[in-house]
Amino acid sequence: MSDKYIARSTQVASRKLGDEMVIMSAVDSTLFSLSEVATLIWQAADGKTPLSEIARRVSTEFEVAPDAAYRDAESFVDELASHGILRVSDQPILPSARGAWEAA
Amino acid sequence: MTATAVSSENYLTTPEAAASGVTIEIGDVPVRLESDNDDFRRMMEERYSGFVNSGSPPAYRFRVSIESPSEPSDDDARVWKQGRTWIFERGDFRAEWNAACRRGSIRQSLNPYSADTVLRIVHSLVLAEQGGFLLHAASAVRNGRAFLFTGISGAGKTTISRLAPPDAPVLTDEISYVRPAASGYHAYGTPFAGELARVGANLSAPVAALYFLEKGPTNCFEPIEKIAAARSLLRNILFFAHDEELVKRVFDAALGFVSRVPVTRLVFTPDERVWNLIA
Repeated sequence: MSDKYIARSTQVASRKLGDEMVIMSAVDSTLFSLSEVATLIWQAADGKTPLSEIARRVSTEFEVAPDAAYRDAESFVDELASHGILRVSDQPILPSARGAWEAA
Repeated sequence: MTATAVSSENYLTTPEAAASGVTIEIGDVPVRLESDNDDFRRMMEERYSGFVNSGSPPAYRFRVSIESPSEPSDDDARVWKQGRTWIFERGDFRAEWNAACRRGSIRQSLNPYSADTVLRIVHSLVLAEQGGFLLHAASAVRNGRAFLFTGISGAGKTTISRLAPPDAPVLTDEISYVRPAASGYHAYGTPFAGELARVGANLSAPVAALYFLEKGPTNCFEPIEKIAAARSLLRNILFFAHDEELVKRVFDAALGFVSRVPVTRLVFTPDERVWNLIA
């Protein structure tokens, strides 16, 4: 299985509100609210941590089966990527290549 | 004066009373509109009655050039930044503002609406820098505390303002002015009037609560999730500029506000008894 790497866009504003992370795209002002699990993934999206490692943390912390954790994480990052607030790559996303994508 | 009026004056040494003008102080931020046109100055003094404070040293000055007549425009104003200068433009006016130099210029016809829009934009930008915002909301002071009432058009902002008892001076029936304070937030009166066409009381008070209005068969409070409140609040904040940094600031301001201020839904039937709940 080839792994994935994810990096947050810098063109967003994010803030914890209670247990949830709220994110707003600075480009089109779309608002997203993330669950605790999604928040863990979002915060780990540093461009260099493989998605498999992030899913492993989710599996451990939230007591989810590893396969299910990976599938859910993959689906989540694809959705955020479709809104342009997360970049997904099959290689580490280096700071020099990030541009509008947040450095670790 | 041309459109590039934000230019070569020495901003630090220009005498205070160099030009005739009207200083309009909203939210403790005096903005001076300078013009040689007597009719314009008189129009501003009448429109902003209660908020004119000629004794206040202006935080910002605008040189207003009155040009050939044009009809007021219903279009949205466009606001963008060119270098350090903000440009505001609509069919009936064009303004430039360099916030760092505290100077700007407005070219408009002789009408009260163009400068009013410029003032709203300037205050929204100033507040964004301070973690505050202008909100589509009525607000009133009772027992020394401010209550904000927001909602979609027709939700009841004008109605709740009209029903306010004598001991609850209305800060505005249209646009509320909110700024963080040492503890919590303060709301200020504004002259930005809605359907009541009545300038708000020039007062300020700490914000006690924000209510999302909804008309219903009875008067009661209903809880609202913080996330839903943040969403609704963001929809009602006046926001003119599609500038990424500003979007982030407004987002932070809105979420900071719902984190710190009691926010609830107020279902009300349009009679004065609703004010029994607000104290």
